[in-house]
Amino acid sequence: MTDPSPPADRAGNEPGASSPAMPSLSSLYQQLILEHYRNPRNRGELPEADADVRMNNPSCGDAVRLQLRFEGDRIVATRFSGEGCSISQASTSMMTQVVQGKSVAEVQQLIERVKAMMRGDEAAARDRALGDLRALAGVHRFPVRVRCALLGWNALEEALRQARG
Amino acid sequence: MEMLTRTAAVLDLERVRADFPALAQEVNGRPLAYLDSAATAQRPRAVLDAVTQFSIQDNANVHRGLHELSRRATERYEAARARVARFLGAADPAEVVFVRGTTEAVNLVAWSWGGAALREGDEVVLTVAEHHSNIVPWQMLAQRTGVRLRYLDVDDEGRLRLDELDAALAGGRVKLVSLAHVSNVLGTIHPVREVCERAHRAGARVFVDGAQGAAHLSVDVSALGCDFYAFSGHKLGGPMGIGALWARRELLEAMPPWQGGGEMIDEVLPERSTYAAVPHRFEAGTPNVAGAVGLAAALDYLESLGRDMVEAHEAALVRHGLERLAAVPGLKLYGPPGPEGRIAVFTFTLDGIHPHDLATILDAEGIAIRAGHHCAQLLMRRLGVGSTARASCFVYTAPEELDRLVVGLETARRIFSA
Repeated sequence: MTDPSPPADRAGNEPGASSPAMPSLSSLYQQLILEHYRNPRNRGELPEADADVRMNNPSCGDAVRLQLRFEGDRIVATRFSGEGCSISQASTSMMTQVVQGKSVAEVQQLIERVKAMMRGDEAAARDRALGDLRALAGVHRFPVRVRCALLGWNALEEALRQARG
Repeated sequence: MEMLTRTAAVLDLERVRADFPALAQEVNGRPLAYLDSAATAQRPRAVLDAVTQFSIQDNANVHRGLHELSRRATERYEAARARVARFLGAADPAEVVFVRGTTEAVNLVAWSWGGAALREGDEVVLTVAEHHSNIVPWQMLAQRTGVRLRYLDVDDEGRLRLDELDAALAGGRVKLVSLAHVSNVLGTIHPVREVCERAHRAGARVFVDGAQGAAHLSVDVSALGCDFYAFSGHKLGGPMGIGALWARRELLEAMPPWQGGGEMIDEVLPERSTYAAVPHRFEAGTPNVAGAVGLAAALDYLESLGRDMVEAHEAALVRHGLERLAAVPGLKLYGPPGPEGRIAVFTFTLDGIHPHDLATILDAEGIAIRAGHHCAQLLMRRLGVGSTARASCFVYTAPEELDRLVVGLETARRIFSA
């Protein structure tokens, strides 16, 4: 299978450097991802959280702490902290924005959409409900980085279980 | 670079590289620059051929068949044991136990020697720079027996704090010091001989994790003065799944078996059994004979290159790597900043760019490095980082590959400053 032609290479590769075996780095390092990495949203700690989850990626040492506060069925506040690569940090930062005000059922749908996008589902990647998260669509072409993108989402799933607890 | 051309005896790097088929490939459209040898080294054709030839001609179980193939397999297996003994400077091949790798050797010693020789309140001294494989088996022993673990610190240049060793030994409860010959993260060569002298004066034994050391240094267990030395075949060009534990004979003789099964028995009765002599007492089940043959071939190969030339090449790589990396803006190198007392393992962080991102960007250029905690989470905590990038060399590494690494780091900086 040939790769669909990658977007214009502004990732700093020299001309002729792009390879048929690996998609262009620019499909991974989108401006929006780098922007969230540098200026993460909702980073910090949440007093009186209803769910508080710590999750590690033992194979690489990434760690995230995710805290949620609910009013009734809806998420009204989210904070995260931890250490990780641009993909895990940006994905978690975007996640905290998009879940704001959503019900548990809506968030669960969202989780499924993001997972589908990480499997390469193009319809999911076009879903406007994902907001900034669509910038992560290129991650599925870098299989070793998919678990980075999903770290925060796995923590979110665990947090929903805890809140229902 | 300059040192390479000025040294009288120079390794013929082009020829050496031609011996390693895996190096002659493109990755993501670029020639592979394999800078992850501390994780596992590529293998020379001599090793691949030895394993294949054994499988084609001599494959049989050892120590039990009375037929020709079994005789040959047994002969080659025991010849490999003698080869390992010679590599380690050990006089007696019976002091060499074949294991899956360094990890299994630590587990063997912790279970068998640790279980028999240590009591509640005894202390085992480790360092914060140890690989998880030289930490977790001792924690499991501590949980079973009440043995206490103590950790020696390293200084800000990654050198072992011998003053902390003295302080630990002065307590009089230390029965074992277990440390790496060479740190897999910092590249520091630990003063093992000095550690052994001090530990022995205090009545403690010393276990040396040679996973990195055996791949880069001449090892002589009698000169080091240690009691146990273990290494893995795959770090020095041998196959995965084979390694060796060397221990003083009197220690091995006193150690109970740790796994039961065929091969390790003398006589089996309904209620109990008697055990084979060392080293076979510690090798239950069918051993990895092809692996042992491949390991012996790797040791032969390294010897054929000439130890002096290999060491001169390594020293040149150390100088070249330190010099080039020091010139990268925002790069922080961990471990000894100068060329003395270290091997060509370079662990670093780059300001504002996570090591995983570095690894992905370098991979796109065909450059393989490791990013993460390198199975040394205690050391990462000590260094105050969650994760680092590591470029590591072996005998086939070219200085130009380190140059490509530096160019790749510049690419990463461009992407992240966009």
